[in-house]
Amino acid sequence: MIEVQELTKKYGELVAVRDLTFKVEPGRIWGLLGPNAAGKTTTMRILTGYLPATAGRATVAGFDVFEEPDAVKRSIGYLPEVLPLYLDMTVSGYLGFVAEIKQVPAAKRRAAVARVMESAGLMDVGRRLIKNISRGYKQRVGIAQAMIHDPKVLVLDEPTIGLDPAQIKEIRELIKSLRGEHTILLSTHILPEVTQVCDGVVIINEGRLMASGSLEDLAASFERNDGVMLKLRRAGGEEAALLRAVPGVERVTVEGGELRVEWGRGRDLRDDVARLALDRGLGLREMRSVAGIEDLYMKIVSGGLEQ
Amino acid sequence: MKNIWSLIKKEIRAYFSSPIAYVVIAGFLLLVGYFFYSLVWWFNAQAMQMAQNPYYAQQININEMVFSPLFHNMSIILILVAPLLTMRLLAEEKKNGTDELLYTSPLSVGQIILGKYFAALVMLAVLLGLTALLSIFAFAFGNPEIAPWLTGYLGLFLMGATFIAIGLFFSSLTENQIVAAFLTFVTLLLLLVLNWVASSGSGTWRSVLGYLSFSPHFEDMTRGILDTKDVVYYLSFSFFGLFLAHSVLQSRRWR
Repeated sequence: MIEVQELTKKYGELVAVRDLTFKVEPGRIWGLLGPNAAGKTTTMRILTGYLPATAGRATVAGFDVFEEPDAVKRSIGYLPEVLPLYLDMTVSGYLGFVAEIKQVPAAKRRAAVARVMESAGLMDVGRRLIKNISRGYKQRVGIAQAMIHDPKVLVLDEPTIGLDPAQIKEIRELIKSLRGEHTILLSTHILPEVTQVCDGVVIINEGRLMASGSLEDLAASFERNDGVMLKLRRAGGEEAALLRAVPGVERVTVEGGELRVEWGRGRDLRDDVARLALDRGLGLREMRSVAGIEDLYMKIVSGGLEQ
Repeated sequence: MKNIWSLIKKEIRAYFSSPIAYVVIAGFLLLVGYFFYSLVWWFNAQAMQMAQNPYYAQQININEMVFSPLFHNMSIILILVAPLLTMRLLAEEKKNGTDELLYTSPLSVGQIILGKYFAALVMLAVLLGLTALLSIFAFAFGNPEIAPWLTGYLGLFLMGATFIAIGLFFSSLTENQIVAAFLTFVTLLLLLVLNWVASSGSGTWRSVLGYLSFSPHFEDMTRGILDTKDVVYYLSFSFFGLFLAHSVLQSRRWR
């Protein structure tokens, strides 16, 4: 549904996106993950036709972004990072205007506005001026305007930024409810957003592709090992040596006062590790599974891993 | 065309949902009303005197003595008013990030500019239309000729349309409305008084400056003379302003 091939964007000397290639399957929710200034917004602006690319190709819903921009714009709904709201309009008036410029036929406009207000939970604020509603509602108006022409593809730039935890949860639920009907590409620099909402992820850093694929595939290809982080009374070479002796354990390293214990995929040595710690009186304080993708992301953005 | 119409409606709503429209209309009417009143008062006094003398009585002409100077005054006031109508049109969209919505909708840059231009023209027509109501008094109690009155208003509208096109161009250059308004004001004032310099110059220089200036082209229209040359001047100047605005927006996106 979205295909990007060797996309490059330069702002003068600065290369914002470099040879980016990825693909999003229809009906899935994909995350575009990267630290700030990784090129997420630039990529999305190119896909939505706001900016031209310097080189490369991109197609959305089968239309080339550069050859048939109007067809692409009709099949894409876009929530920019800065909400494009006219503060002096009412919520329903604004959505009506967006329906007009997105070329929703006049006869269907009223129904379209009612539909998106319903699904974005805006029924209570329809007649209020946008400048008078809360940040959370504004964000929902932003998502509602992206959905107004029932596009096949939704591109959401940082949809939960600046919201409080309850609002973040609501917006995530809203996005999840759109799965299947729409193909969604959302950008974020928050990892849990990806693991909670998305089916797959494209990780970029400094404009380069670091990894992409469904969450399961990525986990399978990058984590050769399963393992736990162990917090003991004392974490030193002595304890590490003891743990290494557990049958099946492949690697034990000391990381910031904790021990990382790893073993081959497909086994589960958590009981064995815990038993050893208790039997030897190592003072077990905490034991938690290593979250695979989190680990991967931290390695990628800290530059510890090249693809 | 439908796209342009949607944008026109939105802009007109925006004018009236902010104080701009009301403040500008009220101020414009106050100034024009005052000038009209004082011109009529002066005309009255002159007419009383001239009526004593049968020779001068022939020359009393309400068109030349009231409307012609009134139209000139209005053209100066429009120089102040036009930047206020145009300053936010493109600058505000850019500042608020709403341009991203427009450019990612199936709209062309040309449609966006025309929508905004026509909306400002509607505001101009409203302003001029309301002042035309003042003339009802002149027509009810006097006997002015209608032709010079009509060409005068046509001239004001054409000139205002040119002001707006130039204002739109400056609004496309910046995110700052005050900068846009001030640059528009400076440019309009310069173009209005360009013929002052021209009158002291000579040769080609003089005729070029004289042609570029707004005022000579307006002069005839206030007297009831409608020359295609003047109409073409205003239309081509407007087109030039819109073309520049279009180029600026287009190049912004391709940088």
